[in-house]
Amino acid sequence: MIVPMEHLLVLATLLFVLGFSCVLVRRNLILILIGVEIMINAVGLVFIGAAALWQQVDGQIMVLLLMAITAAEVAIALALVVHLHQRKQSIDVGLFDEMRG
Amino acid sequence: MTATLIFYLLGAVALVTTALAIIQRNPVYAVIYLVKSIFALALIFYLLGAPLVAALQVIVYAGAIMVLFLFVIMMLEITPVSARKSSAPGWLSWTPVVLVALVLAVMTLLLIGLDPVAEQGIPRWHATPRDFGYALFNEYALAVKIISFQLSFAAVGAFHIGLTERRRARMEKDS
Repeated sequence: MIVPMEHLLVLATLLFVLGFSCVLVRRNLILILIGVEIMINAVGLVFIGAAALWQQVDGQIMVLLLMAITAAEVAIALALVVHLHQRKQSIDVGLFDEMRG
Repeated sequence: MTATLIFYLLGAVALVTTALAIIQRNPVYAVIYLVKSIFALALIFYLLGAPLVAALQVIVYAGAIMVLFLFVIMMLEITPVSARKSSAPGWLSWTPVVLVALVLAVMTLLLIGLDPVAEQGIPRWHATPRDFGYALFNEYALAVKIISFQLSFAAVGAFHIGLTERRRARMEKDS
């Protein structure tokens, strides 16, 4: 036995909350994307822990698919960041308020 | 016993580096701290019996995705002046964070309390890359095809977003 599953769940929850607070509090678009990355990593940690707990390889495959989805998401999101920076010369999310959200 | 100690050490490293990453003003430092956090998580993956995923975590996340972040940060030339222009987060923006943290804490406690396997320890086990590849290309072959489609769609989408802006700039220069 390496570690109880509940300790791993607590670690993943803490990482997820850190990433979520980064998304909600920061105003810089790139730091918001970094928060999303942190949350995806926390989810991957739970998948790997579940794979080890039941000794099935499926959880690890889910993490691999998650990595591919993250790569696609980051490619699109960073292209959009470059696009928005060309429009406003800034990546502060407070400036993009034309839709009056 | 050593593996348990290393797990807690790496968990502490991952938490501290992630916390340092999200409080940085400079995005470059945030990315560097996040790379450290990803390395700690990759070692945790290795401890939990996923050597191939640990290697891919370092190669894909730290090697490709984070370098893409650094590339865009350097390309945008974000000056410290424009970083200072953004207003500081007020106390109101912390309330959803606290609420979601509470909800997640309660959910995790419920999961631990209700699930009988949650208290049992994670056994010492590891999946060889051979097992991993066999399952990936047999049971999950369709998922691999869908993911490869999605990656090519993402490449086309990123190219399209970049191209339209460049074309518009060229048209403005011509007129």
